[in-house]
Amino acid sequence: MACEQWGGKLDAYLDGELEAADARAFAAHLPGCAACAADALGRVQMKRSVELAGKRYTASAELRSKVAKSIAAKPRRDAGWAWKLVAMPALLVLVLSVGVNLYLRREGSQRQRVYSELADLHVSALASATPVDVISTDRHTVKPWFQGKIPFSFNLPELQGSEFTLLGGRVTYLAQTPGAHLIYQVRKHEVSVFIFQDRGEETASLPSGPVHALSFNVENWTQNGLRYFVVGDVSPDDIQALSELLRDAG
Amino acid sequence: MKGTDERVPGVTFEDLAMPLFDQLYNFARWLTQDTAEAEDLVQETYAKALRGFSSFQLDTNFRAWMYRILRNSFLSSRTGLKTMVAIDEETDEKLLPAEKTTPESILMEQAGREQVQQALTELAVPFREILLLCEVEEMSYQEISETLGIPIGTVMSRLSRARKALRTLLSKDDGGRHGV
Repeated sequence: MACEQWGGKLDAYLDGELEAADARAFAAHLPGCAACAADALGRVQMKRSVELAGKRYTASAELRSKVAKSIAAKPRRDAGWAWKLVAMPALLVLVLSVGVNLYLRREGSQRQRVYSELADLHVSALASATPVDVISTDRHTVKPWFQGKIPFSFNLPELQGSEFTLLGGRVTYLAQTPGAHLIYQVRKHEVSVFIFQDRGEETASLPSGPVHALSFNVENWTQNGLRYFVVGDVSPDDIQALSELLRDAG
Repeated sequence: MKGTDERVPGVTFEDLAMPLFDQLYNFARWLTQDTAEAEDLVQETYAKALRGFSSFQLDTNFRAWMYRILRNSFLSSRTGLKTMVAIDEETDEKLLPAEKTTPESILMEQAGREQVQQALTELAVPFREILLLCEVEEMSYQEISETLGIPIGTVMSRLSRARKALRTLLSKDDGGRHGV
């Protein structure tokens, strides 16, 4: 049984919910207290058992396709709109095309700015003497470390059987928005994964999908209200593979 | 009904909701304990969520929102009404550390997957669902609070009681050889 001082907080610690100061104090206490260590071990094993046992049921492909079909975004074109467009004066068409052109140009430059900033974050982290602030290959250590440091939570994939290794993570900022920066390794190459809330003007309008920018391959997508970016100098296939793992975990 | 959110160009309901499909089905199946009911529940959840998506606030948690819809749909179903037993008023005193943890109980916690699945099935639904949200979905207390519509203090005490109840069930399965 854990000691009196920490027993009531053990679950919160293992769930990654303890305040940062308490979590640090408990982490310092743990190696010297056999009772707490044994209790913590038992509870971690219980958590793991429930996690494994709980992933039990898989939906049929038929159900997935039925649900996907029922919610698929319908084409937004209004049939009545087409003939009105045709009938509009040439001037309006011209104004429209200029507007679209300006919009696309603005979108394009914003996209470039975001990718440049992410490439900078990736390179400067790798060049730093301390690329990550939490050093661990264990997602159950890295994920809780972000609790209280960024205003959202995210899931990290199980990497067993893949070529990727988690090296750790750090807090980062994109356009004054805090996010998680995770570094993975694949065959001696480092790949950055950035996760932000998808509500900043900088990221919200970015189209999802693979991009080649500044000699880096980048994949980005939105999931559960979060915007993920995977950035690295590895092949598009590697970027894609890591992205798939993250998508499945998310 | 259009599945596109006009406020965020390019982001559709489908983009946000389909990645949650597998986990929502798993959760629905655990709640209903029946394949056909789980399938109906998931379809109902997606239909309701799509209808309500236009009023969804982007700064709220989409995953918690989807789970809340699924759970509320379950609660109003015939099975949900029958199985969602009331549990006692919860207080923080339930947060006290569970019982003794000995090397024997550690062994107990390494119980086989089937044993744990059976014990989860036998748990009262409020305990089963909170354990699944915490351990399988890895939701934060805040997300669980939003999903279940209960304060964070209650999330903590209910989790503590759910874990204790699970230990008790597992120790029974184990023939009572290991103390709880």
